[in-house]
Amino acid sequence: MNEKSIKQVLGFWVLRLCMGFVALILVVVFYDIITKGAPAVTWTFLTQSPREGMTEGGIFPAIVGTFLVTMITAILAVPLGMGSAIYLNEYAPDNFMTRFIRMSIRNLSGVPSIVYGLFGVALFVEMCHFGTSIISAGCTLGLMTLPLTITASEEALKAVPRSYREGALALGATKWQSIRTNVLPYAIPGMLTGAILGLSRAAGETAPILFTGAAFFLPDLPNSLLSQFMALPYHLYIMSTQHHNITLVRPIAYGTALVLLMLIFLVNISAIILRYRLRQMKKE
Amino acid sequence: MPNMKPKIKIKDFNFYYGASQVLKRISMDIQPTHVTAIIGPSGCGKSTLLRCLNRMNDLIPSSRPEGKIEIDGQDINAPSIDVVDLRKRVGMVFQKPNPFPKSIFDNVAYGLRVNGIKDNRLIEKRVEASLKGSALWEEAKDRLKENALNLSGGQQQRLCVARALAIEPEVLLMDEPASALDPIATAKIEELIVELKKKYTIVIVTHNMQQAARISDSTAFLMQGDLVEYGKTSDIFTKPKQKMTEEYITGRFG
Ligand SMILES: Nc1ncnc2c1ncn2[C@@H]1O[C@H](COP(=O)(O)OP(=O)(O)OP(=O)(O)O)[C@@H](O)[C@H]1O
Ligand SMILES: [Mg+2]
Repeated sequence: MNEKSIKQVLGFWVLRLCMGFVALILVVVFYDIITKGAPAVTWTFLTQSPREGMTEGGIFPAIVGTFLVTMITAILAVPLGMGSAIYLNEYAPDNFMTRFIRMSIRNLSGVPSIVYGLFGVALFVEMCHFGTSIISAGCTLGLMTLPLTITASEEALKAVPRSYREGALALGATKWQSIRTNVLPYAIPGMLTGAILGLSRAAGETAPILFTGAAFFLPDLPNSLLSQFMALPYHLYIMSTQHHNITLVRPIAYGTALVLLMLIFLVNISAIILRYRLRQMKKE
Repeated sequence: MPNMKPKIKIKDFNFYYGASQVLKRISMDIQPTHVTAIIGPSGCGKSTLLRCLNRMNDLIPSSRPEGKIEIDGQDINAPSIDVVDLRKRVGMVFQKPNPFPKSIFDNVAYGLRVNGIKDNRLIEKRVEASLKGSALWEEAKDRLKENALNLSGGQQQRLCVARALAIEPEVLLMDEPASALDPIATAKIEELIVELKKKYTIVIVTHNMQQAARISDSTAFLMQGDLVEYGKTSDIFTKPKQKMTEEYITGRFG
């Protein structure tokens, strides 16, 4: 073997080790959560409220709460994010103002989620008088997700070749026609994937819902969007740090973690399937 | 030049990309029902000039036209001009084939649909006529529903010609429409151009001297943004006035 091919083989092995290390961590985490969580996850666990000071029963209200809050988040973050991205990428002139806005958006996605939580209290809970509620928490998570969906949508739009736009315009399409018929169809899969990944991150957040609506324990399901709610990540946090008998409820905590993980997994897989489907449709 | 009222009148036209000037005081009249060829070495500004005629360069930030281009006596850069309408009248085939990732049929129908034509029978008729016009019909007629990206490079080029023909523009700008074609398809496109010039005004950029000589009525020779010589094709190719023109067309440089 000469020096060049030795270097190549070495290079590949270094990269392979990096990959293997990451995979190993993932496997260990999954193994831990699945083996300790699986025994707790029964039909009762999924469909009933916590009982006996949260030492028994299930996590149904938390599942419902997380679902509802994530819906609000989606309603706020997805259309707004896509709309802003379309404006930024297709219409906004490339000047100082736009660059400044874009930079701010990038920075916002790095703001710690607890800061969004505080902001949500000020804006939604107090100023808008939504109180601590599903809608306050959903909007807070929506704001937190917005920079992510905007950035992902913009990347998806950037990936559409300029020649699609030019070709449409040269055939007498208006700008909006060219965007609607010749840009968006090819950007939507990427936009949706970005949005769903953003939402799945939001669904797992604790800090932003901590002060804006998540409740320690509610035996009943929320009856309006202005109710407080239980949420999976917050429930997990309580079960592992705040409960009066942490060791006793360990299995419940692991079960909750597993359910949360599975839900997020499901959402991400549906994003992948959706993207694949849309790609196939495009190829026809 | 024959004494017709010019279709396109370019007068003292400059064009800048940022600070660099790529077209310098171009003045030329383009006759209707004529084929006008633009020749010149790579990077001399041929595509830029062509893209100024349907204001495609509007899309490039910090680019700037200066001077006048008139089509049918109207200043196309005037604020009152609707650029969408202008582009319907001035069709374009791009230098790089740019089929949309849609079916062959939908590619050709695209311009019709965005211009508000809904009658499917009319659309089908025009798609067929346009594909016949660009010599793609025989190869494409059984696969109209197939994605246009599956076509070969040359077929894509003819598809783009068909797409431009479908909206029946008055002026047709073609940027090297035969660069990826074999001699047979090239001959067909050239036939088509000669046929089309009965109705349309055609401006074609080409690197192929024989092609310019065969199909064009007038030829413009550009170099580094200067219009070196412009005149009847027969004159340019037999008795060029400028030494540079002669050197270029005989292949001594460029
Ligand atoms: N979008 C752009 N931004 C900046 N400069 C550009 C842009 N497009 C073209 N140019 C420059 O303008 C000059 C003319 O380019 P143009 O594409 O008109 O050349 P051309 O004559 O068509 O060349 P070719 O025969 O290779 O297609 C070149 O120097 C090119 O680098
Ligand atoms: Mg060119």
